[in-house]
Amino acid sequence: MSTDATLSFEEAMEKYDPVLGFEVHVELNTKTKMFSSAPNVFGDQPNTNVNEVDLGMPGVLPVLNKTAVESSIKIGLALNCKIAEACRFARKNYFYPDTPKNFQTSQYDEPIAYDGYLDIELSDGTVFRVEIERAHMEEDAGKLTHLGGSAGRIQGADYSLVDYNRAGVPLVEIVTKPIEGAGSRAPELAKAYVAAVREIVKNLGVSDAKMERGNVRCDANVSLRPHGRERFGIRSETKNVNSLRAVEHAVRYEIQRHAAVLDSGEPVIQETRHWHEDTRTTTSGRAKSDADDYRYFPEPDLVPVVASRAWVEELRATLPEPPAARRKRLQSDWGYSDLEFRDVVNAGVMDEIEETIAAGATASVARKWWMGEIVGRAKNADVDPGQLGVEPATIVELNKMVEAGKINNKMASEVLDGVLAGEGTPAEIVEKRGLAVVSDDGPLLEAIDAALAAQPDVADKIRGGKVQAIGAIVGGVMKATRGQADAGRVRELILEKLGVNA
Amino acid sequence: MTDTNSNQLIRLSAARLAQKLAAREITSVEVVQAHLDRIAAVDGGDRGVHAFLHVNAEEALAVAAEVDAIRAAGGAAAEELHELAGVPIAVKDLIVTVGQPTTAGSKILEGWHSPYDATVVQRLRAARMPILGKTNLDEFAMGSSTEHSAYGPTRNPWDLDRIPGGSGGGSAAAVAAFEAPLALGTDTGGSIRQPGAVTGTVGVKPTYGSVSRYGAIAMASSLDQIGPVSRTVLDSALLHQVIGGHDPFDSTSLPDPLGDLVAAARLGNVDGMKIGIVKELHGEGYQAGVENRFNEALELLKEAGAEIVEVSCPNFQYALGAYYLIMPSEASSNLAKFDGVRYGLRVLPEEPPLTIERVMGATRAAGFGDEVKRRIILGTYALSAGYYDAYYGSAQKVRTLIQRDFEAAFAKADVLISPTAPTTAFKLGEKLDDPLAMYLNDVATIPANMAGVPGLSLPGGLADEDGLPVGIQLLAPAREDSRLYRVGAVLESLLEAKWGGPILDRAPELTASPVVEPVETLVDAQEAK
Repeated sequence: MSTDATLSFEEAMEKYDPVLGFEVHVELNTKTKMFSSAPNVFGDQPNTNVNEVDLGMPGVLPVLNKTAVESSIKIGLALNCKIAEACRFARKNYFYPDTPKNFQTSQYDEPIAYDGYLDIELSDGTVFRVEIERAHMEEDAGKLTHLGGSAGRIQGADYSLVDYNRAGVPLVEIVTKPIEGAGSRAPELAKAYVAAVREIVKNLGVSDAKMERGNVRCDANVSLRPHGRERFGIRSETKNVNSLRAVEHAVRYEIQRHAAVLDSGEPVIQETRHWHEDTRTTTSGRAKSDADDYRYFPEPDLVPVVASRAWVEELRATLPEPPAARRKRLQSDWGYSDLEFRDVVNAGVMDEIEETIAAGATASVARKWWMGEIVGRAKNADVDPGQLGVEPATIVELNKMVEAGKINNKMASEVLDGVLAGEGTPAEIVEKRGLAVVSDDGPLLEAIDAALAAQPDVADKIRGGKVQAIGAIVGGVMKATRGQADAGRVRELILEKLGVNA
Repeated sequence: MTDTNSNQLIRLSAARLAQKLAAREITSVEVVQAHLDRIAAVDGGDRGVHAFLHVNAEEALAVAAEVDAIRAAGGAAAEELHELAGVPIAVKDLIVTVGQPTTAGSKILEGWHSPYDATVVQRLRAARMPILGKTNLDEFAMGSSTEHSAYGPTRNPWDLDRIPGGSGGGSAAAVAAFEAPLALGTDTGGSIRQPGAVTGTVGVKPTYGSVSRYGAIAMASSLDQIGPVSRTVLDSALLHQVIGGHDPFDSTSLPDPLGDLVAAARLGNVDGMKIGIVKELHGEGYQAGVENRFNEALELLKEAGAEIVEVSCPNFQYALGAYYLIMPSEASSNLAKFDGVRYGLRVLPEEPPLTIERVMGATRAAGFGDEVKRRIILGTYALSAGYYDAYYGSAQKVRTLIQRDFEAAFAKADVLISPTAPTTAFKLGEKLDDPLAMYLNDVATIPANMAGVPGLSLPGGLADEDGLPVGIQLLAPAREDSRLYRVGAVLESLLEAKWGGPILDRAPELTASPVVEPVETLVDAQEAK
């Protein structure tokens, strides 16, 4: 695989102005599929959640899932869109074995929601408005697994397996208008936008919103133009960028790659790019041109979707608190400063902190753990903090142990490592690793005697009133007890022993 | 059971069979066996009618025996039996059935068994109507002669060298040859009515959405409609009531039931009804004998107290052209699923590489016949970027104009009338190489599909020049199917009086095949073709 040339991000920004666009697919968590009564469930045995409709058997007809329409309208309303009074589905015709009918039933020129916007708060607190072109309903395709040959791609595979469990799962595709003016904050905006969409659909309860499961999938369009030019450059579309960090990285990479292409005097090719998380690069996929002809026409097996104004208003009344209002409320409930709260939002752990508080931690404890311990570990592991797999209950348990004096903060951090390594529950790890604050004074007194004997000069200094020298003795004791002693208690005992009043 | 008895049974209408079964004068097993015997006698062999692609003897007899047992036991269960319980029926092989193959007349589905029943089949089963088997058709219902069946043509019982119409030639011929009292058909541009016309039987295309399409293999979704095939107007009304009504599995299904169709068929008068002659649907291009029978029908209706008015539907002249854009467009997409991946035929390309595109291509090349390919190509072209507006888009506009023509016409008339087809049955092979001539058979039936309105064809007598049946078509506004049955039944009785009995009584006797083969062997022979 050849590597494309790139410019440094800074140089790219000096020369060019990026224009972005996003297509975010949201899988709805309806009980059944978009057009059939088969269960919409993730992770089951292949081809078990299917019926004759999902398999495209001869003679079958689609019936639209009303809950999916309601969810789509809710998404549209949350994105400040207009809701079409009547809209239709179309058939997108193409032959591919993941699509059982060899056409996808999708909305085309009549989306259910259109002309909306989303205000995105960037890390420095500025608000950037992203215009929403449309949100439309469609069905998901099945899942192909290519075996034999090279790297799981269809080219050169010996054979392919098809799982139609996902075929017909309801999707809403949210398409932005071209996003101009983000400048060097384009990668950050990209991540913040997808995070905002994910937050909205999760908040609405219409999607499980797990990016790692493909509930929220992002295609990122990037083009560059020289500063001052109005006309857009030629864009690439990077497919399946499926984590928030990847969205940021993919946009950054594509900006750098486009800049190098433009600098070389070559034209940018309008194409699909595949994102590779391991190398953090994209590679060329299918050339996309006007030759792609899906022969769209209105789906004759479905009647138009009519969304009466009364129904839309009924749904609007059920909408939960919008994310911006929710943030305001949470900050005030938690008593975080503006800076503390923004850090939490930027680190992407607001939901996690909320869950941890719900599990029984105080606001400051939850923040201490997520911001102090987990965010750093996620950065090292190169994943989003929520994906590390830390359960709120684990944090509550760890914190209880610390507060009860069973372990100290240093040990708690070690226990967390153990939990992440899959060694068991905090209690089990404390047990297994033999971690516990030594609270029986007997062994401590022995260690103190030994430390004082080893450094008689220091002992004398302390006796002479130089109490600050005590650190060396405490250190010796801690070393001897492999850090399991309570440092405060050690200090008390040393002073008692030497008869010094601190 | 004597031969004479058996011969009488098969000539009874469904309504008469139902009466005799209810009165326990005959048993359903006798009725089913009589029809199976008739099928064995006239359907197979080189000069057989070949209306059936599959005969479902065992299951049909089992259902018949159940009905007989329920009736014999009496009580509530017997009382609750459907009026048509025990009356056998044949089903067009475009409609899926559990327990029998469904081929759509195509090689690409040879040997395929549906895992589910079409809604109309479920309703037949609920009514305990024994299913005699699956009837022949033009491949995927594409044709007007049944010659495009991949399993060989059906012959017209009136003249075995002539076509039985299409696409539902098998259903019409089965009913005309007394192999079944009733059958189901599907009508996209005339596939129930035109075969009815050329075989001297009754066929109805109901209002679009009034009979569920779930389980009818789609040709053109916005035009397809399942409907009844029978020898009398009343029988079609009885069958229509069994299969009609809302179906939650078909989004285009109408929510409310139509009126009482059987009562309409039994009403027996047309006093004061306005019957409109469609200026554009007779005259030039129509065979003289067809025109004569049509004019006689008008006279009879006038004598019976109807008022005859003339209406003009100027946009009907564009119907055929628009139909041949919309139908292939939808068909090209509906038939995309037949790709060898999940079911049916799979053909591997002769040369490597063995890619999915090439397997799909080889399967479709081998599995589809010429007419199907012709329409897929037409439709794919009509939907292509840059052509969509000019072809599919314009055709949809024509469709709107045709609907307006109907609205204007129905403002002046309660029912419209025309010949069903421009000619009587033509010879097998005569139009096989001339698709345009073939398409012209449907010129009078297509407007109803384009507008979603109901149409009925009934026998109007025999043409003077060739002695073959002529069909009279009645059209009504959407949801007013009952008007078709009301006028149709009256016209039918007037014509029977004029001709001295049912038109089908004048059909030549079909001679039994030289060797009467057992049904099973017959089926095997057909499937091996």
